[in-house]
Amino acid sequence: MIEIKNLTKQFDGHYVLDNVSFQVVEAKLVVVLGPSGTGKTILLKSILRLIPADNGEVYFDGKNILTADEQEVYQIRKDVGFIFQSSALFDSMNVYENIALPLIEHTTMSNREIKEQIKNLLEIVGLPGKEKLYPRALSGGMKRLVSIARALALSPKYLFYDEPTTGLDPVMRERIVNLIISLKKDYQKSGIVVTHDLETAEAVGDVIYMLKDGKIKKLEKIEKGIYG
Amino acid sequence: MNLFSNIAEYTEFFVRSFFFRWNMRKHRDRILEQIDSVGIGSLPIIVIISSFLGLVTTVQLSYQLLGLLPRYFLGATVGRMVLIELGPILTGLIVSGRCASAMAAEIGTMRVTEQIDALESMAINPYHFLNFPRIFGTMISLPILTIFSEFVSIYAGALYAHAFLNVPLDVYNYGLVRNFFTRDLFGGLLKAFLFSFAISISGCYFGFKVKGGAREVGIATTYAVVTACMLILILDFIVALVVFG
Repeated sequence: MIEIKNLTKQFDGHYVLDNVSFQVVEAKLVVVLGPSGTGKTILLKSILRLIPADNGEVYFDGKNILTADEQEVYQIRKDVGFIFQSSALFDSMNVYENIALPLIEHTTMSNREIKEQIKNLLEIVGLPGKEKLYPRALSGGMKRLVSIARALALSPKYLFYDEPTTGLDPVMRERIVNLIISLKKDYQKSGIVVTHDLETAEAVGDVIYMLKDGKIKKLEKIEKGIYG
Repeated sequence: MNLFSNIAEYTEFFVRSFFFRWNMRKHRDRILEQIDSVGIGSLPIIVIISSFLGLVTTVQLSYQLLGLLPRYFLGATVGRMVLIELGPILTGLIVSGRCASAMAAEIGTMRVTEQIDALESMAINPYHFLNFPRIFGTMISLPILTIFSEFVSIYAGALYAHAFLNVPLDVYNYGLVRNFFTRDLFGGLLKAFLFSFAISISGCYFGFKVKGGAREVGIATTYAVVTACMLILILDFIVALVVFG
């Protein structure tokens, strides 16, 4: 379980996150909805301590990442797969090398095992046989899928999605939404999705929060597309 | 105060990037990549510039010395000047212009495209993953490049002296060997070794510090080269003082 308590972050006196608290329980996806520029990405990065928070506590299975030492932070991060809005693939590496990197760095798998694992991951995300392509040869949606495959490489417990469907065509959007749902249902991956797209939020979220002016509020569904 | 905090930050950055338990099996390929980029990649420009360095030094010295001193002094003086000062400093400045900027641009771009955040999120320490191979690769490449540059400079001078100044190669060589001191060679190589840190750390440090976009990446590359060049000159003075002073 991930427990976020009173997370606060300000820039030049302006509160981007103001005592944000919520929980992510096993096999559930929490969606944080909000217009562009409200600090959704900062929220995700602060939870994983990629950006230092000013205040608050973030517990991953009882361990507070914000007060942990460097080794413990890295240990916690191995349990989290992060899918960036920009995909953040390493452009000097091909698809295979991008996905292999965490496996090479953190496991003792042989080259053959890594190859097999990457083949499986690319099949899960629906991109079989694309190992040799470089990011420059991939479309935005394909980059997002490779990024998901890379995030899954270490079989993390949690997945963090930063605007997973933004800027994609409707077909690719649906494909990614279905993949997120399947990862939750079939592989029990819980996590956080931040998005400004209500349709995506409704489709994938078990719990939906709204982030606005630094404050977070839980939304209750009244009927399809209408929340209060 | 700002200068002191910058120096402290720069030093801390170096310590984080270089002083940890090295796992050469993991870093080997990335170090070789850097040796290829810094060392092999700089060879053509080093050959061209070192040749002209040797030619100019020989022309200038012949203008000042020939007629006053025996001809073998030409080899002796060119050799010592190149080994002690010109070889290491020119190689350092060329490599800083070529590689510190490239490192700052590459790492800076990785910063603005969230690739460094991606490494962090995968529990990979970016200081070890990105900086260490660059520092270590430059540390190996620069002294070798310096030796190569010194050899090319000295023998470009020898060929010019032989062809145009009526100084036979064996006379030039005699002067070179007669006035050779191992302290000159190792003092020069010590400079190259220290310059390698100035170049690679400046490149990585300013790349890492980038916040913003393309404009900031450009500014970082400029800072990286300027800082590397300044540090090279400061280190040059310190080594000159300690070893040759």
